[in-house]
Amino acid sequence: MLIISQMFLDEMIAHAIREYPLEACGLISGEKDLVKGFYKTRNDAASARIYTVNPLDYLKADRDAEKNGASIIGVVHSHTHSDAYPSPTDVAQAPDPAWHYILVSLKHTDPILRSFTIIDGNIVEESVVRLNC
Amino acid sequence: MAIEVRLPTVLRPAAGGQANVSVEGETIGEILKALAKDFPGLGTQVLSLDGSLHRFVNVYLNDDDVRYLDQLDTKVIEGDVISILPAVAGGSN
Repeated sequence: MLIISQMFLDEMIAHAIREYPLEACGLISGEKDLVKGFYKTRNDAASARIYTVNPLDYLKADRDAEKNGASIIGVVHSHTHSDAYPSPTDVAQAPDPAWHYILVSLKHTDPILRSFTIIDGNIVEESVVRLNC
Repeated sequence: MAIEVRLPTVLRPAAGGQANVSVEGETIGEILKALAKDFPGLGTQVLSLDGSLHRFVNVYLNDDDVRYLDQLDTKVIEGDVISILPAVAGGSN
C-alpha cells in the first residue's frame, strides 16, 4: 500500500507531461508506506525509452529527506508509449526490494498512475491511498 | 581518522539497520574496504570482486562523485562525509 497526497500525485503527472517525449523520473521520501516528499530529478539518459536518475539529484533528495526525518522510499518514472507496468528493464534494475515503484503512463489521453513493489523479480501491484492534502 | 559514511535504505539491513556508520581510513578505498570488513554483506554490494567500485553504485565525497576525483585513491579529511547511493535506472525499453 502507498499512502500519498493528491498534491504529490498531481506533481508526478505534471512532471511526466512536462518532460514528454522523454521519460521523466523522480524520487519519493517518507516512512514505509507513507509518502512525505516528492523530488523531481533529471533523467541523465535523456531518452524516451530509458531513465537514469541523476545521482547528484538523488544525493540532494536523500539529504533533504534525512533532514526531515524520512528516507528515500521509492522511485517514480514515466512510460511515454507503454502501460503503467514495470518493464523487464525496470525489474532488472530495481535497486531496493523495500521501495515503491510508481509508474505514470502517458500512452492514453488521460495519464495513468500505478504503484508496485518489485521483490526478487516479482512484480506486485499495490493500492494507492490518496490523501486530500 | 573516522569518517561518516551515509548508507542508502537498501544497504542498511547489511549494516544492522544503521543509516550512518563511522569508518576509519585515509582514502575512499581504505574506507570502503574497512566497511566491507565490518559488514561483509554490504561489501559485496559496493565493491566488485576485483576490488573496484561496483558499477551500480555511486559514491560521493561530500558533493563530488569520486569517479570524477581520484576514484578509490581519493583522499579524505576530517569532517568529510561519504554517501553511497545505488544507481537508479530503468525504463520502458
